[in-house]
Amino acid sequence: MRRLLLFAGAAACVIAVPLVALGALDGQPGIHDPSTVNVENGKYYVYGTGGGIPILMSDDGWTWRRAGSVMQAVPGGKAGPDVVARGGNGTLAPDVMKVGDRYFMYYAAPGTQPKAAVGLLIGKTLDPDSPDYKWEDAGPVVWSDGVEDSNAIDPGVFRDPANGSLWLTYGSYFGYIRLVELNPKTGKRLYPDRKPVNIAINSEASIMIFHEGWYYLLVTHGSCCAGANSSYQIRTGRAKKVSGPFLDNMGVDMLQGGGKLFLGSGDRYVGPGHFGLLDLGDGVQKFSCHYEADLDRGGISVLDIRPLLWRDGWPVAGENVRAGTYEIESARTGTALELAVQGMPVGGPRGRGGRGGGPPAPGAPPPPPPAPIPAQEASQVSTTWPSGAGAARLAPYMLQAQQKWAIAPAADAGGYPGSPFFRITIAGTERALAATPDGELTVVPAFSGRPEQLWRIDQLADGTYRVMPKAVPNAKEPLALSAVGSSTPTLEKFNPDSDRQRWNLRMP
Amino acid sequence: MTLRMNVSFPIIAALTLAGAPQQAPTPPQQAPAAPRPPAATLTRPATPAKPTAADGFIQRWLLLEPIRVPGQLTEAAVRSAVEKDFPVTATPLPKDGDALKVGDNELKWHAVDTTNYNVNLYHFAYALNKPTSNVLFWAVTVVNAPREMSGVRLAIGSNAASVWWVNGTEAAALYNDRQTVVDDAVSRRLTLKQGANVIRAAIVNAGGATDFCARFLDTNDQPIKTLTATLEAGR
Repeated sequence: MRRLLLFAGAAACVIAVPLVALGALDGQPGIHDPSTVNVENGKYYVYGTGGGIPILMSDDGWTWRRAGSVMQAVPGGKAGPDVVARGGNGTLAPDVMKVGDRYFMYYAAPGTQPKAAVGLLIGKTLDPDSPDYKWEDAGPVVWSDGVEDSNAIDPGVFRDPANGSLWLTYGSYFGYIRLVELNPKTGKRLYPDRKPVNIAINSEASIMIFHEGWYYLLVTHGSCCAGANSSYQIRTGRAKKVSGPFLDNMGVDMLQGGGKLFLGSGDRYVGPGHFGLLDLGDGVQKFSCHYEADLDRGGISVLDIRPLLWRDGWPVAGENVRAGTYEIESARTGTALELAVQGMPVGGPRGRGGRGGGPPAPGAPPPPPPAPIPAQEASQVSTTWPSGAGAARLAPYMLQAQQKWAIAPAADAGGYPGSPFFRITIAGTERALAATPDGELTVVPAFSGRPEQLWRIDQLADGTYRVMPKAVPNAKEPLALSAVGSSTPTLEKFNPDSDRQRWNLRMP
Repeated sequence: MTLRMNVSFPIIAALTLAGAPQQAPTPPQQAPAAPRPPAATLTRPATPAKPTAADGFIQRWLLLEPIRVPGQLTEAAVRSAVEKDFPVTATPLPKDGDALKVGDNELKWHAVDTTNYNVNLYHFAYALNKPTSNVLFWAVTVVNAPREMSGVRLAIGSNAASVWWVNGTEAAALYNDRQTVVDDAVSRRLTLKQGANVIRAAIVNAGGATDFCARFLDTNDQPIKTLTATLEAGR
């Protein structure tokens, strides 16, 4: 029912968005029902609902632009006749996966729902500028006849890392979310005569992921396509087998409407839906989704990419770093990054009188309560700091000015999946954290915007952060901020199995 | 052998160490101090060279009897104390038993092996009936590398502040009151020469316990276990 509303205006669902400094991605992130983010040769691709299957692409995962539609590269310019016959002329909610040396694009081709089909397009590259760029119709994969308890839209493709098998989930509200196994060689059903397995109900936008022995089914509950009145929300259940049963955190089967909330509305975004996993390797996982309404962009539907965390065996939606002042604390040592200067106690040197003293003399009125000590600002203590470049080191956090870092997006500096590059400066100063050519750290007197002063901050699965300079002069590989000693930070290759390169960002 | 400041060598040292004859120092014009038990964690070296411990810690050192200093541990105070009299990078290697004139005091170098990962300076000074608070200790060793090793790091911990040199170049420093933590300060990547490499350290203590530990880390931050420590170059 929700899709009927959407389909009527599908061609208008990809919306040009003016450039903004921050928010759910930059550039033109307007999209609805996005596919999983695919990366090819360093470029990022997402496909969505709309006429011809619109394309969003990005050079860095932060700034996005429209790049035409898929059907422009399909002979005939539209879904194949068998797909249209099984479903209809619509093109909704695609999902894409590279299998071997080819990409399989599954897309919904609804007619009058719940009559619908999932069609398959096969291509060698995602790059529209490549001479090999072409999508070929491979026909329908699954369909619903309009009577059965199924609405064959919203395909989600899943590769089982346990055995390499390929699976497709699909469905939307009219009945069940269903699962079929695919043939990795053809992208079509491996056992077309077998009955699809029902794995969930009352949802859509299904997709599966695997984590530490569990299969997780992520679906979207609620209503879509009504802007800020959309109740879309992403929910999940897990199973030990790919075919289920998928139970939520309370043991409720998703076939009976269960589903643990993964992400609902929040901040300035209403109605998240259509989860997609973006695994960047080294234990860094992100997810994509769309919000039905981005309030900072007039309530249009936009793409977002956010950290994927794991807690107690369940996926948790992380948040991209926001501008602010932070303590940067090593998960390895518990010590905090600071400019290497002699610290001044907050409030100045004091004796032990601050402990409260003894009881008042008999008959004397109680002393007034001690006055609060204001926070230490850099302007109060920085007159003794060296004017040139200084060293960075780690020390117990004591709320001192040289330990408080302002993290802010760097203007016009690009970014990485989900975020812009950041500048990291001592709060209240222009002194900027920077990488040195020998892979160490320094604090330069002023931020210049050079690559070694731009920082990528990825939230990791446990909620800590990986902090990496955009570039290190002379370095042959990416390096990350690392606590090589309790008092010593450096830059080293990221090791996902170590706490050395994990950092907590705490608001002072 | 003469150092820049009031230094004279050699004088035979008398160190109160476990396994060594116990001879309490006798300050001039004072009653002899009561003998103290030997330092429980320190012994006199009995071999020409001592391999680093299984976890890479350097366990053989020459320690100078403590120098009285103001018990300030800020960077400025520590630097002042360290740089006051001692041109670290220019001095020749001392030997066990050498004496050094510091102000009005003649202080001796003592060769020690530690049985622990750390060198307990409190044990060292207490056993010698020397002050343990508001003092500066100097420590020297020679680390012998079987081959040139680049990209390695000196990793130290100290109670309290300390400054470290490798082959005459400052490599690490810690300031303020602190306890010894393994791999607290870690140097930038450096190169150990094949053969002898001189490590010097100055440790400033304000009060209470005092000790240090030191080892080298390889390019993967793992302890280097193939080094040996001697007390003179060329061993």
